[in-house]
Amino acid sequence: MSRFLFTFIVFFLVWLGFTTSFDPQEVIAGVILSFIITLFSYKTFTDYGLKYFYPKRIFYIIKYLIVFLIALVKANWDVAKRVINPKLPINPGIVTYTTKLKSDTAKVFLANSITLTPGTLTVDIVDDKLYIHWIDVVSRDPQVIFNEIGANFENILKEIFK
Amino acid sequence: MIWIFLGIVLIASILAAIRGVLGPTASDRIIALDNLTTITTAGLVLLGYLFQRYIYIDVSLIYGVLSFVGVLTLARYMEGGL
Amino acid sequence: MILTYLGYVLTSIGVIFLFLGALGIFRMPDIFTRLQAGTKATTLGALGTILGVGLLQPEWFWKTLIIAIFFAISNPISSHALARGSYKIGHKPYMNDPNGIDTYSEVPQNEGDE
Repeated sequence: MSRFLFTFIVFFLVWLGFTTSFDPQEVIAGVILSFIITLFSYKTFTDYGLKYFYPKRIFYIIKYLIVFLIALVKANWDVAKRVINPKLPINPGIVTYTTKLKSDTAKVFLANSITLTPGTLTVDIVDDKLYIHWIDVVSRDPQVIFNEIGANFENILKEIFK
Repeated sequence: MIWIFLGIVLIASILAAIRGVLGPTASDRIIALDNLTTITTAGLVLLGYLFQRYIYIDVSLIYGVLSFVGVLTLARYMEGGL
Repeated sequence: MILTYLGYVLTSIGVIFLFLGALGIFRMPDIFTRLQAGTKATTLGALGTILGVGLLQPEWFWKTLIIAIFFAISNPISSHALARGSYKIGHKPYMNDPNGIDTYSEVPQNEGDE
């Protein structure tokens, strides 16, 4: 039930974003359509449901967004420096990153965040191992890899998807 | 101002298109195509602001969704799975 | 008024990063490094441009926000699919150091997917 409500709220918010009007006709059509789509898709859409709206989780989600945006800007600064530099200072390789996260949603978010952080690109996920293309391999020690690539994302995601 | 932005977007899309033509393998061409669609979507939103037409935003949204699906399909096809 | 200035700043940052992303695709030596430059720079570029236009024209803001969220989710996924696909058909990553590391080659390559 809580999964159903969560899916419905998300779809309805997306509908309001699309139409950007509070005209009664639009709102009623949105409620009906979101209800129908929710009936088909709530089982695959989310595993947690309304638990996402607990205040503690909302705090961590906001913290995650801030960390993510800072990492995105840093990543672009990094890429820009490498692209403009006439010598192209790169030393690429593929390394293994072992995650401690259990849920699939959390792994997908971790992989996406890693792709958008400085110098890393997720190539594949096999069980709890992420294969990551790193544009500047500084070390092959698993602990250093863990700390360099995704430790702060992983700590926050652990709290969100508990 | 917007014209200058559009000029830079045009140069960027030409660079990506050159990579798409030169690209030694099929993967390079698909990567160039993927980035070209992203650049085009941003360009469409800018054009919508320039002409003050709300419909351009809808067009760019649909273009983004369709190009995402298209690139995913191409990637799966290249891998041999589909 | 301040929204307009903020919008122009965001849009110009976005456009510059779109250009840098395209330049990255043009200059980088192999598929994976091209994906790196392309994905990161064009994602921030598109986010900046689209949200900047949303600030310039405040009544469009919510729809531009939805487009931006969609891009932030979909771009990493498509680049991941491209990286995996091109590795599986036999493209090896470029190394400027002859004994560079590549742990993904130890994984059995032809499982699932049929």
